[in-house]
Amino acid sequence: MIKRIFFSVLFCVLSFTHFAQECNSILKGIVIDYHDGTPIYDATIYIKNLQKYATTNFEGKFKIEGLCIGEIHLTISHISCETKDVKIKLEKDTFSEFFLEHHIESLKEVSIVAAANIKSKTIQSTVLNEETIAAFSNQNLGDALKEIAGISSINTGNAIVKPVINGMHSSRIIVMANGVRLQDQEWGIEHAPNLDINTSEKITVIKGANSLEFGGDAIGGVIVTEPSNIRLKDSLYGKSIVSSQSNGRGYSFHSSLSKSTKKGWYVNAKTTLKKMGDFESPTYVLSNTGIQSTAYSLQTGLKKFESGFNAYYTFINTEIGILRASHLGNIEDLVNAINAPAPLIATDFSYDIDSPKQAVTHQLVKVDYYKRFKKLGKLKVQYDFQNNHRFEYDIRVGNDRNKASLDLDLSSHALSSSFEIDAKTDQKYKVGFMAAYQNNFANPNTGIKRLIPDYDKYDVGFFTIGNFIFNDQTTIDIGLRYDFNAINAKKFYSKSRWDERDYDVDFNDLIIEDFNTQWLVNPKFQFHNFSASAGISYQLNDENSVLFNYGLSNRAPNPSELFSDGLHHSAARIELGDLRLEQETSNRVSANYRFKSENTAMLVEVFFNHIRDFMYIEPTGTEQTIRGAFPVWSHKKTNANLFGADFSFKQHLGSQYIFKNTSSFIRGKDVKNNRDLIDIPSAKTVNSIGYYLERWYDFSAVLASEFVFRQNLFPDNNFETYIPTSDTTVFVDVSSTPNRYHLLNFNADATFKLSEKTNLSIGLTVTNILNTNYRENLNRLRFFADDLGRNYTLQLKLKY
Amino acid sequence: MNTLKNKTLKTIKNLAFVFFVASVFTACSDDDPEVVNQEELITTLTATLTPSGGGTDIVLKSVDLDGDGPDAPVISVSANLIANTTYTGELKVENETESPAENITLEVLEEDEEHQFFFTPTNNIATITYNDMDGDGNPIGVQFSLTTTTAATGSLTITLRHEPMKTASGVSDGDITNAGGETDVQAVFPITVE
Repeated sequence: MIKRIFFSVLFCVLSFTHFAQECNSILKGIVIDYHDGTPIYDATIYIKNLQKYATTNFEGKFKIEGLCIGEIHLTISHISCETKDVKIKLEKDTFSEFFLEHHIESLKEVSIVAAANIKSKTIQSTVLNEETIAAFSNQNLGDALKEIAGISSINTGNAIVKPVINGMHSSRIIVMANGVRLQDQEWGIEHAPNLDINTSEKITVIKGANSLEFGGDAIGGVIVTEPSNIRLKDSLYGKSIVSSQSNGRGYSFHSSLSKSTKKGWYVNAKTTLKKMGDFESPTYVLSNTGIQSTAYSLQTGLKKFESGFNAYYTFINTEIGILRASHLGNIEDLVNAINAPAPLIATDFSYDIDSPKQAVTHQLVKVDYYKRFKKLGKLKVQYDFQNNHRFEYDIRVGNDRNKASLDLDLSSHALSSSFEIDAKTDQKYKVGFMAAYQNNFANPNTGIKRLIPDYDKYDVGFFTIGNFIFNDQTTIDIGLRYDFNAINAKKFYSKSRWDERDYDVDFNDLIIEDFNTQWLVNPKFQFHNFSASAGISYQLNDENSVLFNYGLSNRAPNPSELFSDGLHHSAARIELGDLRLEQETSNRVSANYRFKSENTAMLVEVFFNHIRDFMYIEPTGTEQTIRGAFPVWSHKKTNANLFGADFSFKQHLGSQYIFKNTSSFIRGKDVKNNRDLIDIPSAKTVNSIGYYLERWYDFSAVLASEFVFRQNLFPDNNFETYIPTSDTTVFVDVSSTPNRYHLLNFNADATFKLSEKTNLSIGLTVTNILNTNYRENLNRLRFFADDLGRNYTLQLKLKY
Repeated sequence: MNTLKNKTLKTIKNLAFVFFVASVFTACSDDDPEVVNQEELITTLTATLTPSGGGTDIVLKSVDLDGDGPDAPVISVSANLIANTTYTGELKVENETESPAENITLEVLEEDEEHQFFFTPTNNIATITYNDMDGDGNPIGVQFSLTTTTAATGSLTITLRHEPMKTASGVSDGDITNAGGETDVQAVFPITVE
């Protein structure tokens, strides 16, 4: 609240009209932060010609009685803010929302653009605040997001964590990093978002495809990360976080420093260093699971109300070891690994990261500029460039021992612009366009067949969004978007694969050159995608509100779905794409019910998502090679229905205790073949009890119980295979899901004021207190090893 | 206001220019991608069996020219084995997609401590003993002896494991059960002893 007072500035526009005769009308209203929709406390509303004034309460609300109908001059001001005059016509008792625009609008220009949309009341969205993010300083984006009901993760070990929103992940999720759509080979299940969580101070998760501004293909949803606000005064400030953890014997260090001036200039630098060794399950070392990561970001700009710009650069390099025991030669090794109770390779703890491993560098440059036009709106233009360079190292022999098996260099450019017409408070419009170009280069010097080919990709998109406030109870949002995607790839196919896929029947015209055993092929595909969203929110009374929304979205197949072609050692499987795949179409409806009283908050979210031509990957048989047999996993399509419910509940028990529950449940059905969908998150419920003692150094202690049910609904892809060395036929169970599990976690922290401007927070976290052995269904290494054992984390956070 | 407008336009122009320049520099060159020289690809396993009393060599061969492509390896056995005979055997691993074929056996021998061939017969068609050893005194299996007894029909599986646990129980005697490691080559040959 204090921060808000400092940061907030004033002003807004408002329009309502009415006619009545007597001077006993009442003007009620709420003053809201334009950026994050939170109420602003202690703003002053002053009516000049009547000498009447009011201030907003803690809920941002105010009331002025005894007003005459007609025109009123309102002056709305807030501490350390410029004062703004507004003329309104009062016609009868009225309630209105006043959005206060920050004088210095915070750094995140894009997120402001976004904010207009995110703030939309008609979408299912949840925000993670700075405190929560800081608590995950030494972990991943995917770990932090699991705090939200309905968000789970799909993991490869515990360092590669991909967020899953209502069962959807990878290409079905857009990750926005400071206004830039992350282009980091997100199609791969073992490709985690290349984002340092410490660069964000606010993360918003939007479920479903109702934020068309970011893209039309986010069937799962959008994750919007935004950096910190910039203070509108001459100041120098920052924070440092040091975390040390027992499991992995690792540490992470984050530091940020910002300088800002009254005039709106700012510069900000951040860095995060992370190093962890082998993690440990309760009973053994998970050999070769260390991580090493270095991240920097730098941004500068000018932020004024009328106009401003922002220049931003980030660099992140991450090296992640992959569990040694998960690297396999053929189906026999897979059977041995699955049947072994513990990993077949478990050595002593080490900080070394050997093959198999991945090393990824992601760089992002952004410049944006905005300008406001009086009584009209705001124009924004942005250019961004990203480079993602990914190396994957398999276990190799001889001179190739230290050579990467995969070397992909992905460069993406995007130019975007939007115009927001926000002169009227009860209706806002936004139009925008985006043009993007992407080039992927797969280095042939690896000496291994390319898994993903060289390609050029072009995207052009247009959108328009309208937001209408009908009355103080009802808001409606409508959006439309069109995207054109074109991909032009050059790929080598072995002639045997070309024929086996029957591509010789349909695609022989794509062949451009004959290379003895291979064809060089030039696939060119174009996709037209239409998306739409509509939502309505209705405030039943002070405590109860509901929203309904509908989203239509299309997603074109990604390069992996189209072109995958080769052996994945980490999974001992041959993965095959399909040139015949076309875009999938999602129709999603969802509804929220929210209850909020002084001591109780509850949110129930439900959704139903029908996806036509839903693309997925599943085992489709085995192939014999000179290494032996391999299961083949093919990208396929079907029609899918997903539905689920997410539940969040919070109850204050007296002044010092808070009980919380978040639960989620989801079902996924392949309706064409009447079977369950693969990789659907298990039902989960988290209960916690927290003790808070503000007067004693802001002390808090939270004990949480996390219960994950067994996923009983899964497609049966098990098969039998002949093992020549034992001359037996064995059953290969790649489908059965792990048992349910229960984890206890504890966290305590306290904050000490060292000086006027300096705070030190000390936090202790213990996860998996009981050191339970468990395996998580959506961790791809669950076939080979248990998940993490007990871990103590000590965190020091210094704000200055 | 006008200067602001001009500034805006100028900025937009500048941004457009940056985008344009960036596109030109990175845009799709029409160069075709280079074909990958698959260095470690193993296409061929050959076991040559020379009868100790003299006679024609028997050649067991597994050839898979499309690597991890859909075509199954082609397995051939040049002749039936003779009962009660000892054969001196030698293995060869090659990449025949290159010309001349690359002899990968040399790499295996260079890193012999990390490699071992295993021979798994069925129906007691033969017994196999190792004739070579690595620096630690553990078997490799490139050189071996194969001895037949009575007439029988069965199969012989030859497996090359990378990073096996050579000291695990039975492994140095040729029992693959506890070997672990990763399979680099595996071929099953139908064998008739007459």
